[in-house]
Amino acid sequence: MSAIGELAALRRTKAERPKPSPAEQGDNKAALVFLAPWFAGLALITVGPITASLYLSFTDYSLLDAPEWTGLDNYIAMAGDPRLFTSLRVTFTYVFVSVPLQLAAALGLALFLDRGLRGLPIYRSVFYLPSLMGASVAVAILWRRIFGNAGLINQILALFGVEGPGWIAHPDYALGTLIVFNVWTFGSPMVIFLAGLRQIPRHLYEASAIDGAGKARQFRSVTIPLLTPIIFFNLVLQTIFAFQAFTQAFVVSGGTGGPIDSTLFYTLYLYEEGFANLHMGYASAMAWLLLVIIAALTAVNFFASKYWVFYDD
Amino acid sequence: MTEHDLPGADDRATRRGREHDPAAHRGPAGTAAGAPAAARLRADWPHLLRRLGKHALLITAGLVMIYPLLWMVASSFKPTALIFRDPSLIPSQLDLGNYTAGWNALAHPFTHYLMNSLVVVAGAVLGNLVSCSMAAYAFARLNFRGRKLWFAVMLMSIMLPIHVVIVPQYVLFSQLDWINTYLPLVVPKLLATDAFFIFLMVQFFRGVPRDLTEAAHIDGAGHARIFLQVMLPLSMPALATTAIFTFIWTWNDFFSQLIFLTDPNMYTVPVALRTFVDSTSDSSWGSLMAMSVVSLIPIFLIFLFGQRYLVRGIATTGLK
Repeated sequence: MSAIGELAALRRTKAERPKPSPAEQGDNKAALVFLAPWFAGLALITVGPITASLYLSFTDYSLLDAPEWTGLDNYIAMAGDPRLFTSLRVTFTYVFVSVPLQLAAALGLALFLDRGLRGLPIYRSVFYLPSLMGASVAVAILWRRIFGNAGLINQILALFGVEGPGWIAHPDYALGTLIVFNVWTFGSPMVIFLAGLRQIPRHLYEASAIDGAGKARQFRSVTIPLLTPIIFFNLVLQTIFAFQAFTQAFVVSGGTGGPIDSTLFYTLYLYEEGFANLHMGYASAMAWLLLVIIAALTAVNFFASKYWVFYDD
Repeated sequence: MTEHDLPGADDRATRRGREHDPAAHRGPAGTAAGAPAAARLRADWPHLLRRLGKHALLITAGLVMIYPLLWMVASSFKPTALIFRDPSLIPSQLDLGNYTAGWNALAHPFTHYLMNSLVVVAGAVLGNLVSCSMAAYAFARLNFRGRKLWFAVMLMSIMLPIHVVIVPQYVLFSQLDWINTYLPLVVPKLLATDAFFIFLMVQFFRGVPRDLTEAAHIDGAGHARIFLQVMLPLSMPALATTAIFTFIWTWNDFFSQLIFLTDPNMYTVPVALRTFVDSTSDSSWGSLMAMSVVSLIPIFLIFLFGQRYLVRGIATTGLK
């Protein structure tokens, strides 16, 4: 079961922990030892900083002087910050356009590949490679060259006599190139879909065939329902990942989020405020807003999943 | 979805493939009926055509997918002026000049940044292997108070964006005087903050037969020995998956390296490439491409030789 599946299961079922074997009773001390690094990390690297950033979000803090309590000032400033709203609009557009397209591509190809096609491992590798390299600065640099003024896309368009615009320099297209980027990395959700398709018991297909179900009916009544937990898992994870996209936008726009803020991802603006302008208090408030947005969206996803995700356990 | 299911699932899929293969079905039947080969061939035409069409489609899609990467490699051998004109994959002249120029284009030779990245990656891999396997053992095999709660906390921490904690982390690390060292990049791994891998190993450890660990317990082994001498040796695939993914993620990681490393001496490959791209005029795109290719070689090698673990790893946990 996937991580999301486990979480969903924890929520749905009351604890029926496997009966502890005699060897495993009263392991509190041993657990403390084995979990010591994790507990330390949870306290120092995760929970501590989350709490600290909540405090800092109510202060004016430049790293040089001590934080100065300013109450809700940062949040009030955020409500009147047009660049913040721009960054939210850019990020939401990016997430809500690229994630569905990416998942559709991943699911489509996984279904296409699943029928015991010869050469499956090779195809899978080829489609997977971009998602492995997509997070790197190198490929972001490549993207700049591909969609640049005299880039690969325009060179190919020129072969057909079309003169393409400077995609990255044009505020109407720059975000589009990043959306294409994210869709291009559909390989990892595709591999998850492929693994999910293989988990569907064959006898269900055989039984439904005996009952007279055709291919289309089997797809609708067997494949899709049994795949919904995987679709849900991919949806939650890729949404969270997409909200955190940074490298591509940073490198492609030369760190500015330009042209005219058309690729100003939320993370980019947060970086700029926190680490270029040293507005640590403001950046902390932004971080909290991001946390709330992601938590809310994930909660909506989990809530909505009751209506369309099929669990057979 | 556990690691163990996958190899079996692979076989199943292959078998299913063969059953669906019309040639496998009709071949023997056709021969038994004494049908001439030509007739058999004709009967299979629609199938054959459909399969060919499918492959043609997939090959085209695959080419479109990796064309950018192939073009990057080709461009790295082209004189810069050609990169802006020539969309083809085969350079008209083979030019290694980009590599020699790129290698020395920054304050340090590129080897310096590669070594820096390697140090960070080695620390991160070691940290994750030790700390995550320990935590996973506790979650998978120990019975302690609050296990369910802590397990849920661990799962939720997988989904926590780094941006939420980066500012206070920066404050913390700068007070410890750790900025421009590799400690902010390595110490968190020693503290099992990459919960993804805890989850991956929990999944794997759950599949290790309880008989084996219980036998060791009856023989008087404590948890430390069971963990080190029974569990870990049986879990090499999970450890390999963890090592490989940590390598790739850390090698590619840009955000935290950009924030914690500001001294050019300490730059890792991604940060060095970024300064390169900022200082690049149109005339040195060739060498930039060449260094980009160099920076991807380790990832590509892992992809070639470690694919089995990669595919299992994502299938189990949904890693990126």
